[in-house]
Parts: sequence; structure tokens; C-alpha cells
Amino acid sequence: MLLLRRLATALPSIAGVIIVTFLLTRALPGDPAAYFAGPAATTQAIDEIRHQLGLDRSLPVQFLDYLGQLARGDLGTSLSTGQPVLAELLTRLPASAELTLLGLVLSVVIAVPLGIAAAMRPGAPVDHFCRVVTTAGVSLPTFFTGLLLVYVFYYLMGIAPAPLGRLDVFSSAPPHWTGFYLIDSLLARDLPTFGAALAQLVLPAATLAIFSLAPLARITRASMLAALGSEFVRTARASGLSRRRIVYVYAFRNAVLPVITTLGMVFSFLLGANVLVEKVFAWPGVGSYAVEALIASDYAPVQGFVLTMALLYVLLNLGIDLVYGLVDPRVRLEA
Amino acid sequence: MRRREFLKRSTAAAGTIAAAYVIPARPARGQARKDTLLTLSESGPNNLDVMGVGTNRPGYEASWNTHDRLVTFGVKKDPNGHDHYDYTKIEPELAESWDVGDMSATFKLRRNATFHDGAPVTAKDVKWSFDRAVTVGGFPTFQMAAGSLQKPEQFVAVDDHTFRVDFVRKDKLTLPDLGVPVPIVINSQLAKKHATDKDPWAMEWLKNNEAGGGAFRIEKWTPGQELVYQRFDEWKSGSLPKLQRVIWRMVPSAGNRRALIERGDADVSFDLPPKDVAELAHEKKLAVIGTPIENALNYIGMNVKIAPFDKVKVRQAVAYAIPYQKIMDAVMFGRGKPMFGGPAEVSAPIWPQPSPYVTDLAKAKQLLAEAGLPNGFETTLSFDLGFAVTNEPLCVLVQESLAQIGIKVTLNKIPGANWRAEFTKKTLPFIANAFGGWLNFPEYFFFWTYHGQNAIFNTMSYQNPEMDKLIDAARFETDPKKYKEEVEGFVSIAFADVPRIPIFQPSLEVAMQKNVTGYRYWFHRQLDYRQLAKT
Repeated sequence: MLLLRRLATALPSIAGVIIVTFLLTRALPGDPAAYFAGPAATTQAIDEIRHQLGLDRSLPVQFLDYLGQLARGDLGTSLSTGQPVLAELLTRLPASAELTLLGLVLSVVIAVPLGIAAAMRPGAPVDHFCRVVTTAGVSLPTFFTGLLLVYVFYYLMGIAPAPLGRLDVFSSAPPHWTGFYLIDSLLARDLPTFGAALAQLVLPAATLAIFSLAPLARITRASMLAALGSEFVRTARASGLSRRRIVYVYAFRNAVLPVITTLGMVFSFLLGANVLVEKVFAWPGVGSYAVEALIASDYAPVQGFVLTMALLYVLLNLGIDLVYGLVDPRVRLEA
Repeated sequence: MRRREFLKRSTAAAGTIAAAYVIPARPARGQARKDTLLTLSESGPNNLDVMGVGTNRPGYEASWNTHDRLVTFGVKKDPNGHDHYDYTKIEPELAESWDVGDMSATFKLRRNATFHDGAPVTAKDVKWSFDRAVTVGGFPTFQMAAGSLQKPEQFVAVDDHTFRVDFVRKDKLTLPDLGVPVPIVINSQLAKKHATDKDPWAMEWLKNNEAGGGAFRIEKWTPGQELVYQRFDEWKSGSLPKLQRVIWRMVPSAGNRRALIERGDADVSFDLPPKDVAELAHEKKLAVIGTPIENALNYIGMNVKIAPFDKVKVRQAVAYAIPYQKIMDAVMFGRGKPMFGGPAEVSAPIWPQPSPYVTDLAKAKQLLAEAGLPNGFETTLSFDLGFAVTNEPLCVLVQESLAQIGIKVTLNKIPGANWRAEFTKKTLPFIANAFGGWLNFPEYFFFWTYHGQNAIFNTMSYQNPEMDKLIDAARFETDPKKYKEEVEGFVSIAFADVPRIPIFQPSLEVAMQKNVTGYRYWFHRQLDYRQLAKT
């Protein structure tokens, strides 16, 4: 029931997204026909291309066409890569997702313990360390961190592989199961490819992790501080429960709700930050795809990208709501 | 005990993983590396078919290397000793010989040439391909027409290995136009299998599939990521290329492209920004070749229909106030060929050539006063953000310099996708822009950019009947002496009236490892892998 109701509330926002992206891409300056006519086109050649693209028809007609195509699961064809948008998004989405998830996992693994440690000893060196790391992480733009990491670990030290996308030039992709190279290569029992894919992932994932460390560590610290100072913790302490049990079972479980909310938010803006990281590491993800399409006024991929992202957010929010229910029984009861 | 055992086991396991990772990978890698070329560029093809709708320049490269044309161009050495295609020498490619008659040309095709699928190449394939080029519309049709190749009736398959082109008029560009990237020979039998009623020329299928008979075939194409070529060992239209495989990767970040080539992981990096080129050339670890792009010019244009640029003295004043040398030093880092400070009299029928203008603010001020604007005026200088690396600092320098003679300039940055639409309207008073023509003839450049027909590249809306007469005459001139007079005539007018101020001739820059040989500059400004080799 909860699931259905939550899904129903998402419908208007998806309809809104469809209309807004359609109008926005048309309102952007730039003439795709002129762009694609090439450097030596005549006005007549531009008009021919405009007609081929259907851009000479009225906006409502174009919109109806677009809806019809959507209903058939057709997101149109990208002009800059020449491929169907749906196929491209499906092959590129796992690349972005693998990178973002790994970055997020890396970030959680570092940020949560760091936040807890900082909250247990406020004012101690570990707390200051936490503060420095988070301030540095949040104030460095991702493309800068990315380029810096490439410069140090690839160019100067030569220990990281060349920033050439998901695999080095002489490895070939594992057989397609999930599109996640790490999982696919393990399924195929292909350790060299697993190693190659992991090596390519380390720097971009670290870039994303550095960027997302700050909000997670800070919110963990703040909510742990609140939980540790609350009355039930004092009662638990007075009852002589072990420190371990107090911190991890009573305090942390109560502190984790805001951390999950932040995690959801961080995940969504990581998908955004991805655009720049993908550019730096030549990562074949959805972000770089959308930006390139935007520069070329290539409508179809931009619309497809925004729509996919909107759907992803809806699913993500749904997932977070469900996790809430697991962590906090009150949420279930209210529903 | 247990912990120790676990540690021991996991170290051993890690050892095996590492061994498994290292041992099979290394030798194969060394082998593959030797006869494989890894080349980098910012963006890749959007279409494998040069005749497709909106095929971009990297797409021409894919098509060029995988298809044959009837003829190609010879090679010469440029002033720096590098290979440079020679537009005066037409050489055989798919056609082993030809006869140019009065109103037609007859080509003999190689009898042993085959397409990549093994089918023999016949005159029917040539006819189908050329019919396609003049019929599909858009850029390919336009490019064919530039050589007076206009309708299917002009192309005749006499027998399997004889092909004739009938002329609609005598045009010296007809034969060279058969060597540009558009008139490729496509495997018509294969393509027709994928044609439909709605799409008789198989545009959809050829977008993602190649049906050629050129020196390379496409092994794998992942749009926006990489393109892998494999040599076609049965190629007969020239000597077999030395490279077996070419991997072309798209790396959007210029910094990373530079790191990859400097570390030796990539063999060739193509079309670099001037600053990187200047630094790489200085370090001397790599072979860096910059070739002035033929018949191309970066310029400042003034719209003669918009006041005060309608006054010739104002235009001359601006031409004397451009900080030419500063632009060459601070924007171009010495790359590119200066197109200013030339002799007062035009004495050679070539283009581009240096204009007589130099930076002379006193003279500029005086001209401005003579034009009745001693206190200057206000205007807007527009440029394409797509080329902001050079455009932005260039325009800032111009703005600074013009302020000294009282001209207040506001900069107007126009996004790349919008640039063409904007300048096509011809409402921008003052722009920084570039133009280049494939066919290396001065009158070809002037036909598009100065002629009174007012093509979209005549961004200055310049119209002068006297100049038109000279351009039209030079286009079909057969007498070399008269031709020289005509070209010098219209170049002189262009300098005197100065609707566009030449600044420099841009360079095509490529950086390579020192073991890469055989780089050749081509007018289409893309790589030709057939001549490249690794030693």
C-alpha cells in the first residue's frame, strides 16, 4: 500500500518533468539544424536538415510526436553520436552507477567511522582532523581533485593507469550481465579484467568520495553528538551497559536516520558531480553524454537524460522511504 | 593460530591474483602495442557515412580511411620538410588510369580491387555512390556541386571496369573534387540489401556500418568512446599500410590528452590547443608538427551595412589598431602564421597572404578623425565560445587596444551551438571568426567570403561589383597570366576596403611519439593512417 501510494505521488512530477524538459530544450538558444549542417552549409542545406529533423513543425505537433514516441519506449536518436538514445542510456547508465556507487561506498566507509570517532571525542585531535578533511573535501571542486589525482598518481608517480575510461586500451569488456564491470568480470571468473576495471575505478571513485565525504561525516558527527547527549543514552550508561552496546546499538541506530536522508541527497548530487568527473576520466557515463548533447543542442539525449534522472530520483526516494521503515518502526506505524 | 593461518592464506591468494593479473597480460600487451597505433582526440565520429545528415569532421576521418575514392592527391614536402598533400598532383587510387576528354573523363578501375566482404568493385558501385552523393542533399550534394558534379545523368558505368563522368561545364575543380572525402565508392550490393522504400540510399544502415573497400575496416565502434580499425589485407589501391590496428580513443579533457602522450601511453594526439603545443614543442620529448591550414584565415570582420563600419576609413582605422604581434605571442604562443605587416603592393596570386596593416595607433587615430569620429564610438565584438581558448584572449586584447583610440568595445560571447545561427543573420556588427576552404584556390575562398552573392560566410555583407567580376573571371580562367592579375586584383581590393582584417593563418597541430613516422597533412584536416608507421 505504502509502495503504491508513494508511486502514485511520483506521477505528477514525472509528467511535469516531461513537459518542462520538452519546453526547456526548445527554449535554449541555438539552432540544431545549423549546427549539424556542418561548416560549409548553404541556407538551403540548413533548411533541408531542419525538415529532416521535424523542426519546421509547430511546437504542439512536435510535443505530440514526442509523447507518441515515449509511449513506444522510443527516446529518439542522438544526432551527435548517431545512436538511439535509449540504447545509449542503457549502456552508459551502468558505467555511471558503478562509479557513483563505488564512490559512495568509499565515502560512507570513511565518513561514518570518522564522524562517530569525532563525536565521541569532541575537541580531540580526531575531531579536528575530521573538520579539516571535510572542509578540504567540500571546498575542492571535483574536476580539480580529479585532475590533481591524475597528475600525482598517473603523471608524476605512474602508479595509476591511464585515465582512459572503464578499461585500458588492451583489455576487452567482460560478457554483459549487469553492465557493472566489477560484477560481470567476477561472474565470468576473469580476474585480470576485474583488476583492470578496479584499477580504472580507483581514481574517479576517490574523487567522488573526497567530494561527498564532508556532508556525510558532518551529519554523522552532529547526530551522534545529539544521540550521545540524550536521556536514553544517559539511562543506558547508568544501567551499566557496555560502552560498545551504548554507542553502536542505542546511539548509532537513533543517529542513523538523518545520515540516511543525507546519503540520499549526496547520492543525487553525486550523479550531478559525476558529469565533471566523467569528463576528466573519459568515463563513458550518462553525465558526459548529456553535457555533450547539450553543447550541440541535441534535444533527444538531453530529454532522455533528464527523464531517466527523474525516474531514478523517484526510485531513490522510494528506496530511502522503505529503508526508513526498516530502521525506524515509527515511520511504519505512521504510514 | 587461526588468525595467522588466515593471514598466510590470504597473502598466498593475493599472490596468485597478482600473478594471474600480471603474467598473461604483459606479453600480449607488448605484442599488441608494437603494431597498434593509439591515437587521441577530443571528440569522435557521429556517423560513419560521410554523406550522412550532419556528419562531423571526425566522421570524415572514419570514412576517409575505410573507403577508396577514384583519385587521390600526391605528396610534397612543406617548407619544414614534413609531408604535405599536393593539390596539383592527382594520383590513382581506385582508378588506375583516366582520360580527360573535352567534355568528359573516363576512368579505368583496378580489376583486382574488392570490398571488405570480398565482392569485386565495379563501375556500377561507383555510379551508385556518386548518384547517392548528388541526390541525398545537404553537404555532400553541395560539395559535389563545387566541382560541377550535379546530377546522376553525368555518371555512366560503361562496363564493369570503365566509368565515365560527363561534364556540365568545363571546370578545373571537377577532377580535384573527386579526391575530397565525399565521392567515396560504396559497396552498392551490400548497401542496397539494407535500403528500404523510405530510405533508398541506406542512410540509416550506413550510419553505423561501413561498406567500403578502403585500406582499413572498422573492427569496433563505440560512439563517443572509441573506434578500432583493422587493416584490410586485400587492399589493392595503394601500398599496404604498415599499421595493423589503430585504436582511436576520445578523451575530452585536454589536460589528460597531454598527460597520456607525455607519459608515452598514447602514440598520437591530434588537434591540440596552442599553449600545449608550444610547451610540448619546447620540451622536445615528442615530435610536434604544426602545418598552416591551407586557405584558412582567422580574422576580425566588420559588417559594412552597419554604421560606422560602412565608412572605409573607420575599417582601416580598426585595422591599424589591432595588436597583431601581441595576439601572436600571448594567444597563439607563436603557433600559426602571421598575416599582417606584408608589402604595400600585392605581388603574388596566393591566399592567404599578409595584409599591409601593422599596429599603428597614431595612424588609426588620424583615420578615425578623417572619418568624422575623432572621439571614437561604441560597438560590440562577438565571438564563438566553442573556440574560447583562442577567441576570448584575442578579443580581450582587441578590446584593450581599441580603447586607446576611443573605440569602446563590449564583448559578446555566443555559445558554440548558437554561433552559426547568429552570424547567418548578419546582424552582428563586429566579429572574430575563422574560415577555411577545402579546395586550395584563392577564388574559391573569395567566392564564399567576399562575393556579392552574399553567401553566409560573407559575414561582412560586403558587396563590390568590381571584385565580383574578378572572382568570377578567375574561377574559370585558363590563361595563367590573366589569372595572376585577377587574383592580385581582388586581393588588393580586399586589403584596401578591408571589410575583414586578416590576423593569422591557423595551424593544424599534432603531437606524436618519436617512433611514429609518415605523418602527412591533408586538406580535410584529419589523420590518414595509411601512411603512418611505428618503427
